[in-house]
Amino acid sequence: MIEARQIRVAFAGVEVLKGVDIVLHAGEVHAIVGENGAGKSTLGKVCAGVHRPSAGSLSIGGEAVSFSNPREAMNRGIALIHQEPLTFPDLSVTENIFVGRLPVSGPLRKVNWVEAYRRAQEILTSIGVALDPRSKVRGLPIADQQMVELAAALSQDAKVLILDETTAALTPKEVEDLFVIVRRLRDAGCAIAFVSHRLDEVFDISNRITILRDGEKVGERMTKETDRKEIVKLMVGREVESVGFPPGREPGEPLLELSRLSRKGEFEDINLVIRAGEIVALAGLVGAGRTEIARAVFGVTQADSGSITLDGQPYQAKNPRDAIARGLALVPEDRQHDGLLLPITIEGNASMVVLKQLAKSGWVNRTKERESSEKELAKMRIAMRSVTQQVRELSGGNQQKVVLAKWLLSQPKVLILDEPTRGIDIGAKVEVHRLMRELADAGMGILMISSDLPEVLAMSDRILVMKRGRITGEFAHDAATAELVMGAATG
Amino acid sequence: MKRLLQIREAGTFALLVVVVLAAYLKDHRFLEPASINNILLWVPLLLVVGMGQMMVIVTRGIDVSVGSMLGFAGIVVGMLFKSHPDLNIYLGLAIGCGVGLALGLINGGLIALAKVPPIIATLGTLSAYRGFVFIVSKGDQVDGNYLPDGLTDWSMTGPLHLGGVTVPWLLVYAAVVALAVGAFLKYTVTGRNVFALGSNPDAAALRGIPVKRVLMIVYGVTGALSGIAGVLYASRYGFVNPGSVGQGFELTVIAAVVIGGTNVFGGSGSVLGVVLGSLLLACVSVALAVLGIAATWQLLVYGFVILLALILDGSLQRWMASRTEAA
Amino acid sequence: MDGLAHGGRLKKIWSRPEIVPAILLLIAFYAGAKQSPFFLDARYLFDATSLYVETGLVALGMTLIIISGNIDLSVGSSVALVGCVVAKLMASGVPVPVACLAGLALGSLLGLANGLLVARLRLPSFLVTLSTMALYRGVAQVLLDTSSVPLPESFVGVDKFHVAKTPIPAPLLVLLVTALIVGLVLHRTVFGRWVFALGTNESASVYSGVPTARVKVLIFTITGLLAGFGGLFIDSRLAYARFDLANGMELDAITAVVLGGASIAGGQGTIGGTVIALFLVATVKTGMGLANVKAEYQLAVIGTLLILSVIVTNVIKSRSSRRA
Repeated sequence: MIEARQIRVAFAGVEVLKGVDIVLHAGEVHAIVGENGAGKSTLGKVCAGVHRPSAGSLSIGGEAVSFSNPREAMNRGIALIHQEPLTFPDLSVTENIFVGRLPVSGPLRKVNWVEAYRRAQEILTSIGVALDPRSKVRGLPIADQQMVELAAALSQDAKVLILDETTAALTPKEVEDLFVIVRRLRDAGCAIAFVSHRLDEVFDISNRITILRDGEKVGERMTKETDRKEIVKLMVGREVESVGFPPGREPGEPLLELSRLSRKGEFEDINLVIRAGEIVALAGLVGAGRTEIARAVFGVTQADSGSITLDGQPYQAKNPRDAIARGLALVPEDRQHDGLLLPITIEGNASMVVLKQLAKSGWVNRTKERESSEKELAKMRIAMRSVTQQVRELSGGNQQKVVLAKWLLSQPKVLILDEPTRGIDIGAKVEVHRLMRELADAGMGILMISSDLPEVLAMSDRILVMKRGRITGEFAHDAATAELVMGAATG
Repeated sequence: MKRLLQIREAGTFALLVVVVLAAYLKDHRFLEPASINNILLWVPLLLVVGMGQMMVIVTRGIDVSVGSMLGFAGIVVGMLFKSHPDLNIYLGLAIGCGVGLALGLINGGLIALAKVPPIIATLGTLSAYRGFVFIVSKGDQVDGNYLPDGLTDWSMTGPLHLGGVTVPWLLVYAAVVALAVGAFLKYTVTGRNVFALGSNPDAAALRGIPVKRVLMIVYGVTGALSGIAGVLYASRYGFVNPGSVGQGFELTVIAAVVIGGTNVFGGSGSVLGVVLGSLLLACVSVALAVLGIAATWQLLVYGFVILLALILDGSLQRWMASRTEAA
Repeated sequence: MDGLAHGGRLKKIWSRPEIVPAILLLIAFYAGAKQSPFFLDARYLFDATSLYVETGLVALGMTLIIISGNIDLSVGSSVALVGCVVAKLMASGVPVPVACLAGLALGSLLGLANGLLVARLRLPSFLVTLSTMALYRGVAQVLLDTSSVPLPESFVGVDKFHVAKTPIPAPLLVLLVTALIVGLVLHRTVFGRWVFALGTNESASVYSGVPTARVKVLIFTITGLLAGFGGLFIDSRLAYARFDLANGMELDAITAVVLGGASIAGGQGTIGGTVIALFLVATVKTGMGLANVKAEYQLAVIGTLLILSVIVTNVIKSRSSRRA
């Protein structure tokens, strides 16, 4: 039905897809699996017109096509269902389905509401969703909002549906309901791409599996002819290329202890200890609640119950300022949104957190600022012309190093890193890893949240695995294998 | 969410009843025909301009230039009547509408095409258009004797007389405008797009809604309605003074619109809400006059009313957010 | 090598945000001088600046607010309310220094209220200050109705004082000194950095431990305080107070800030730019005044100037980001 050949995509100079082929057949659910950063979502988005490939071709039924935006893809019958549905909360279900294309009648092109409600009901019934077409979308659960998005796609006669991590935020029951609909659509002749890293779901729903690794296609299997073990092997594949910096010393005193920490709708009953000199990995799937824990510990949000002990003292942060004052640092997941001031200088970013210490009764000592930030930045080996360059001119890896420098200047006791090497090139990655181990060896406690399995296995002294807001496994460095960790995260 | 808007409308209605009762109990003259006539003359201008402002606020924007657009259209049409005494009144109304449309489209262009934030763009045109009023009029007032009798009759006579109460033609025309805007918002695809845009601008662009065109239409229509209101102003007051026509009117209108349940964060609002809001503000203004509290209180009341609506919407927004999170 | 470094420095000067208003100022000055001989009379020129001292003080605060990504439409009303209250106090026999202090306290309070509404209730600043713009002037109107209150002679005429043996009037000196202080605070202190950080990326600021709510409250309070000073100056200069003092001052102040190179989207701006642009606005208005251009026309010119300066900054920004 739709065929993609030799697709290449690069973001900011980093190739995310390196010549991938995929064919979606009518009447088939085609799963695209791979680790985080393997390029599976990007591939889906190329087919749906969100990203433009830098090379390669797309064709529908043999006819070459190219899309400059999602609307053009939609006009050719290709729809993308997002993890976070794109809905209009103030409008009714019906309007969300037909937005911009409500049925009109008469010479005045008056909106025909009777017809609109009837057709909305028809589509909802056809996919077996019990939603009132007149109810507002605001307040509907995410699963229902996804159904509304799905109905919108079907109302435009979508023949190709791309489900991008659609199940990530759903409960098992909701996933079941979604699959009933997906099977019905498959049997009706739709081609469906199911982008996911939840292998149990992939085996439940798909006919065919394409496995991506580091932007390359490493295999295509019929679901019936393969098993979980083979897929995991293909996904993890190569022996870990980052050499790894294994534990250098015996862990010391406990620095950070979470005890029965919970926050409604995010995570539940989390117990966790990080000792001095230790790198603890928090593994799991996107949406498992790991980032949420980091945010609660760092005071961005507040836990509902449970307690935290820091360096033997009870600890509760009302805001990041408290956390920083107590010796915590968080390198956030979304570097550009939460980590950096892009139009500001490298130096200005690096000194952000310690500005107060560099100042005398509020006045910034610029010589001191320059000296200390240059010293810290030099350790990072950042490719830059000068510290007065704007951060936005740097590559992703160098930007991440600036974030690290910013936090290390504050000399934290505990460093939390959320996806520290996502979207950065391999050279920078190795350097970040080396640095992490050096810091741990110097006595820092490090919590690393990562979806990058090789990184988790190579870097950490202990691995905790989360699934749907709970810790589902704990492994020592030597005992951990890719299969075990994946199993605990998806099982 | 629909329920929420209804709660807000019901709240406005309750407030209206309270104001009317309080004013009446304090001074029975408040419900005498003279006062009621006065209220009925207050409503039309607010209602007509409020329809436009409501749409603008639904799209997450604001238009503070409405008073100047009203003033410019009013003075232009007034001067036309002066120089062409036999100009047809309805043609005058159409000219006022056209002049307002042109000014509104300039606002729309600045906001939709040049990407100037609405508050800055319309703050600039608020002054610029007011300057135009003086440039075209050379500062001279158009006196009542130059305005056609037919025009001033709109505010004196009407289709309905009950006791001493007259429902003026002005109100009838305003009602027609309100119904037309209501129909536009409910029964046209563009009208629905206004709400979609305000509800989620990013999704609107991704789902193929012509965002720029919708903004141009919304600001253009607001200009056109302000222009119509300029002619209605001439009818209601019987003269057009370049210094006072529409001066500060934007605050009254914004107050009426936001107290009428239009969400200041965009996405929702209704014609009925604006009707109730206009009625409420008209009652408050007339009540202040009847109770002998001078017009000096008006500005304070408007400011207070807008602030109240803001705080209310802000709290509702946070309450809803916390509820969705818990769910 | 030397030449390169020199070229670099020259380029740096050219890319300063102050350069555009500075050039415009020279042009306006030249045009004014051609039109009226008064423009070459230093004393006249210096005295003319007194008219813009209140606007200038307020514009300094507005610079902080716009850099932080907010806006304050209530400044003119705050100036008016402070002016009215101070006049009323003095008229009822309160000693001048006490009344002045009360005025400054009131100004800060009005700013504080704006700041708390914006920071604590998380309401958009343009809506909050639109309503307080009406509210504050409304209170002034209720206080004085349409009457004008005269000020005691001992308080009147600050603009008639000149710095010893120079043509520089006292208000101008106050403005320049205040600009220097605010400039140092903005460009040299931790607080100033936080203001820029807030306007550049609020989320990243929170993660880096910036007390964002406190910064917001503080900049609105500072602006209120400056508006308080503005109220005192306007009283002293005009010798009377009315509720419609400083009408439309927010427009002049915002225009000066944006013309001075501040980005209306936040994160960019300098006090130097604001001061230069303020003199530009003052020169344009003085020139128009000398040419007998009516106040309402002047308003139109300033409004147009505001819109044009935003568009020009937008264009420059989209160009430079396309390059990057």
